[in-house]
Amino acid sequence: MAPVLELRGVSKSFPGVLANDNIDLTLNQGEILALLGENGAGKTTLMNILYGLYTLDDGEIFIRGQEVDIHDSNDAIEQGIGMVHQHFMLVPVFTVTENVMLGVESTRAGVFLDRETAAKRIREISSRFGLQVDPNAMIEDLPVGIQQRVEIIKILYREAEILIFDEPTAVLTPQEAEELFKVFRSLVDQGKSLIFITHKLKEVLAIADRIAVLRDGRLAGVTTPKEATEASLAKMMVGREVILRVDKKPPQLGEVVLEVENLRVQDERGLRAVDDVSLQVREGEVLGIAGVQGNGQTELVEALVGLRKIESGMVKILGKDTTHALPREITEAGTAHVPEDRQQDGLVLSFPVVDNLVLNTYYLPPFAKGISLKHDEIEKAGLKRVELFDIRTPSIFLPTSNLSGGNQQKVIVAREFSRPIRLLIASQPTRGLDIGSIEYIHRRILQKRDEGCAVLLVSPELDEIMGLSDRIAVIFEGNILGIMPADEATKERLGLLMAGIQEKEPAAVVA
Amino acid sequence: MAEIAVERKALFDRKRVAFGIVLLVMATLTFLLLPARSEGLTSTFVLTSRRGGVAIEAPDLVLSTWPTLLVIGLVLALGGIWQAIKGFKHSDLTVALGVGLMIMAFLVWAARGASVNLTGIFVSSLVRATPIALAALSGIYSERSGVVNIAIEGMMLMGAFAAVVVASITDNMLLGIVGGMLAGMLLALIHAVLSIRYRVDQIVSGASLIILALGTTSYLQRAVLNLNPELNQPGPAIAAVPIPVLWKIPVLGPVLFNLSPIIYTMFGLLIVTRILMNNTRWGLRVRSVGEHPRAADTLGINVFRTRYISVLISGAIAGLAGAYMSIGSAARFNEGMSAGKGFLGLAAMIFGNWNPGGAFFGSLVFGFFDSLQEKLALLQVGVAGDLLGMAPYLATMVVLAGFIGRSRMPAADGQPYEKE
Amino acid sequence: MSEKPAISETAETTAEPKRNFLQRIFVRSGKFSSLLLPILAVFSALVIGAIIIAVSTPDVLSAWKGLFQDPLGALSITWITVRDAYAALLEGSFGQPTRIVEAFETWRATGETRPLLDAFRPISESLVLTTPYIFAGLAVALGFRGGLFNIGAEGQLFVGGLASALVGYSLTNLPWYVHLPLALLAGIAAGAIWGAIPGFLKARTGAHEVINTIMMNYVAFRLTDYLLLGPMSRPDGMPMTPLISPNAYLPTLFPTPMRVHVGFLLSLAVAGLVYWFLWKTTLGMEIRMVGANPKAARYSGVRVSSIIVLTMALSGALGGLAGASQILGVDHQMVRTFSSGFGFDSIALALLGNSHPVGVVLASLLFGFMRAGAARMQSLANVPVEIIRILQAIVIIFVAAPEIMRGIYRLKAIRKGEGAIKRGWG
Repeated sequence: MAPVLELRGVSKSFPGVLANDNIDLTLNQGEILALLGENGAGKTTLMNILYGLYTLDDGEIFIRGQEVDIHDSNDAIEQGIGMVHQHFMLVPVFTVTENVMLGVESTRAGVFLDRETAAKRIREISSRFGLQVDPNAMIEDLPVGIQQRVEIIKILYREAEILIFDEPTAVLTPQEAEELFKVFRSLVDQGKSLIFITHKLKEVLAIADRIAVLRDGRLAGVTTPKEATEASLAKMMVGREVILRVDKKPPQLGEVVLEVENLRVQDERGLRAVDDVSLQVREGEVLGIAGVQGNGQTELVEALVGLRKIESGMVKILGKDTTHALPREITEAGTAHVPEDRQQDGLVLSFPVVDNLVLNTYYLPPFAKGISLKHDEIEKAGLKRVELFDIRTPSIFLPTSNLSGGNQQKVIVAREFSRPIRLLIASQPTRGLDIGSIEYIHRRILQKRDEGCAVLLVSPELDEIMGLSDRIAVIFEGNILGIMPADEATKERLGLLMAGIQEKEPAAVVA
Repeated sequence: MAEIAVERKALFDRKRVAFGIVLLVMATLTFLLLPARSEGLTSTFVLTSRRGGVAIEAPDLVLSTWPTLLVIGLVLALGGIWQAIKGFKHSDLTVALGVGLMIMAFLVWAARGASVNLTGIFVSSLVRATPIALAALSGIYSERSGVVNIAIEGMMLMGAFAAVVVASITDNMLLGIVGGMLAGMLLALIHAVLSIRYRVDQIVSGASLIILALGTTSYLQRAVLNLNPELNQPGPAIAAVPIPVLWKIPVLGPVLFNLSPIIYTMFGLLIVTRILMNNTRWGLRVRSVGEHPRAADTLGINVFRTRYISVLISGAIAGLAGAYMSIGSAARFNEGMSAGKGFLGLAAMIFGNWNPGGAFFGSLVFGFFDSLQEKLALLQVGVAGDLLGMAPYLATMVVLAGFIGRSRMPAADGQPYEKE
Repeated sequence: MSEKPAISETAETTAEPKRNFLQRIFVRSGKFSSLLLPILAVFSALVIGAIIIAVSTPDVLSAWKGLFQDPLGALSITWITVRDAYAALLEGSFGQPTRIVEAFETWRATGETRPLLDAFRPISESLVLTTPYIFAGLAVALGFRGGLFNIGAEGQLFVGGLASALVGYSLTNLPWYVHLPLALLAGIAAGAIWGAIPGFLKARTGAHEVINTIMMNYVAFRLTDYLLLGPMSRPDGMPMTPLISPNAYLPTLFPTPMRVHVGFLLSLAVAGLVYWFLWKTTLGMEIRMVGANPKAARYSGVRVSSIIVLTMALSGALGGLAGASQILGVDHQMVRTFSSGFGFDSIALALLGNSHPVGVVLASLLFGFMRAGAARMQSLANVPVEIIRILQAIVIIFVAAPEIMRGIYRLKAIRKGEGAIKRGWG
């Protein structure tokens, strides 16, 4: 029997980048194929080609032995291909039904929407695959896990046979991921075939039937969970031996730098995002904040650095009350902030690299005298920082948008670490970076800790939190559910807390 | 989840108190009118409109100025206190009613010792609201699909111009209207190509098209119309069409059933748009493209085509609005005759939260201010007409300041869509 | 129809090594967006303008009706019409070369300067028109750099003119070195207030400055009508203010009939000042930061709301200065038809000049000369001056959509820089 899907010699290039280079891949009926690779290895590009969002430059696609042309998502849907994107493709102000039926609407008289019929089919699919959801709920009111269910229902509604999942566990707790894998199994049992994109080694070993590894746009190899280990997969992914654990010295604790008491913060909609958070960070330690994205981390960090109004509670930096301080006062108090969304918040992409290197110190001597900017001093500092932090750019006068993601992050790190800082607040500092850059940023953060800086690290990646932190706090729906020393933390323990399940009362679910 | 409910309640509480205070302020303003030389005078409101003939005379409404003002002020004050403490069920509606009462009070005050034709004000409000409401509808089509269209002003001008020329040449009003709509669509096509195909900033594109329309119509008027005056003579304005029997009803008849066919069309478009956007396949797709174009794209919906069609419809409606202004009421073309109505329409659209009903209500408010200004000038209330002429524009700014935070625009409005 | 632009374009950029003539000159030096683009845009607009002039001239149209009998005649009439129109445009803006040469000879022979002044008068008139363009263009450009679209320059011009006229005629017996600065400052202050209001509304409530500045325009027009008919009208009741005191005049640079005044030099100085301010000061950097990425600006400790209000106030101040210089330098009183669209035209100037002071000055010179010439074109060739506004719109479109220019002239793509604004109602 021919495989369900076969790619032969698929290539795709973007200006200056060969994203996919001559890739061969097969997917068999009823199997889960994991597509493993680093950020930028070309996994998503490959799947977007398959789903018709990109047109391939070269190569062929076969479905059940038939060569097919896929030019747009309509073609893909027609061929029975469905995709759950990493960033959900749901309209927040539509109901579940409207989102699911969009594009294949059931109608009365060919014109008017027939929401009831669609809702009925959604209920059928829900019960058949164990995906409970209320068809009349508004998407924006649903938690992320349920939204993902809607995405799956959406493709099943279109009777897809080949299901592609792009990093589906990124927004889930370990327990929710387990649930998702059960859904995967039930899908496969009912004859569907799955491709599952990820960069997480453990997941691959747990769920996949076969594993295809991509590196730099090329197929690095195909293996099975039986033959592979975490180390062997990592080596295939990166092309060299990777040290999975970061070595670090025991912490040299000093005085308390950051002190937060009973902090309450609201989000944009006026709902409480951070609720009664208290914590302390001392000199020379890393406090990691674990948690699924969207549980108040963004608001917490913004409140600490003065970007968000604090409703009640108190923040002290080095004993000074900064609860209602301006961002600039907090920066001047010795706080560095590596923001969550570096392109949106941390950089002015259209400005040259040199300006971004002094983006929050341009008004201070020696960069300015009175209101007059000292461009020669700024340039001198820029050149020095580019060299010191190994930022790869042909010129410091080039717009920062021309730099790669890793180098953009280095610009932020260079800017923040070149100041005399006492507190570092890093929010998802390695999101979307390649392994080389991740290792570099991690080394730099630990170096700051060893120099006696207090570090607050916020990340949804448990590996990162567990690798760098001295103590770990878990945030859930704006509450800190527990703070523990890093050596007492296990993935299971953290995972339960991330799902809101308190210790000592294992049966009670807080949600 | 219980906590979220508490949070939401806090939010409602704040809104409740704020609305209550608004009502109390309006009550205070009403009381301020009291001492102003109104004792013993009466305000007369004529309810019979003489436009388009009279079938049944309605009696005049005669109110004693001082007591009426007192009553309105007290109603507002009591309503405000109740709203602040307990809260009415529909607080938005309450405030709208409050605004209505305050305007009533102002009219009573202005008409002290004189008479005002109330039905006439209603009719002329509607007449003046029509181009604004059409502009707002035009904006809804474009913006619901994610394309900001500030060029409506220009499309109206082009529509007004083309309608006059076509109607003058063919001697046919219907063809004139079609010509106006086509001219609006032509400009809309340029806007669509620039903002969809070339991803030009939609505000820049819109601004340039306004200048283009202003320049083109003024240029053509001087280069062509002034030399050939017969091209600017489309005949008398399109006549009102009374609906049999219904038009005879006092007050309601002239206000609702004896209108220009374009005003009926406007009402029809309001209803059609509402149904189209909320209950049809096409409307769902347009809204999805305006909210989350990438999601729509992954489901096989052609984002570009949907936006092109929506912007073209927007242009057609703006052209109709222009035709209404020229051959529908002024019976000729004047340079710059749109006079900001397109922008007022956009403000009404925002006020109406990108929904036809609310947008129409907003347009009515503007139309009312506009006709009020005219009436007040006749009554010589002591405020210069030019200063009152600022009212619609100032009202727009107040409305925008108050509503833009509360209204929710289509999420992808103004963002060019790019396939990756 | 437009599904695949991105893809075909990228293919083009990666696979096309050969360059045409224009590319070799400009593109390799990376100057496309700053120099070649505006030149091509203006050139293309002039071509389209020629077509519009041709089709709206009755003689040309009737000649084309007889195209088959006399094709050469139709073509030659078209050519003559367009040539005459543009020749009148050039003459109106720069003057007649023969007259200038004659005037020179007379001056050399007799030492009489009057013919020389007369001959150069068109250039002087062009500079008179350039002056408010520079101020207003800088107003819009400054707003653009701060990410704000000030369509209200026209209204700011009006209130600036009103304020400086008021100071100009109501105060008497002041020495010029007090009166003139006072009148200028009054115009600047009025414009600043007019600009700051939409800025404040934007910062405070998020209301879009485009609609609000337009509303402020209408309010300014009504205010002007009211004041000129009422409180500020001439004693005889005509709808214009009394003449201002000569002590508040911006003096002319040459004897009559040359009207070019000190305001022109002032505008150049202000252009330099704006450049220095935007690129060499911390405040200027903050304005550009807010313009390019307000979130990053906030992150960096910039008070975004204050900067928005400040940017709009400064932008309005420049608009007000445009009005003041026009009143104090040229009109010497405020009339209802005071500006005839300098403020609207300034949008084109800022875009054409890439929101850079030098670019704005060059674009203003272009439009000032064109507008001066257009007046002559109207009287000589019967082409209404409004043609200029059409040309401006076309120029904006071409500058804003460089891909069209690239398509027509087969040029290579160039990266985008700072200065462009992209957003919705915000």
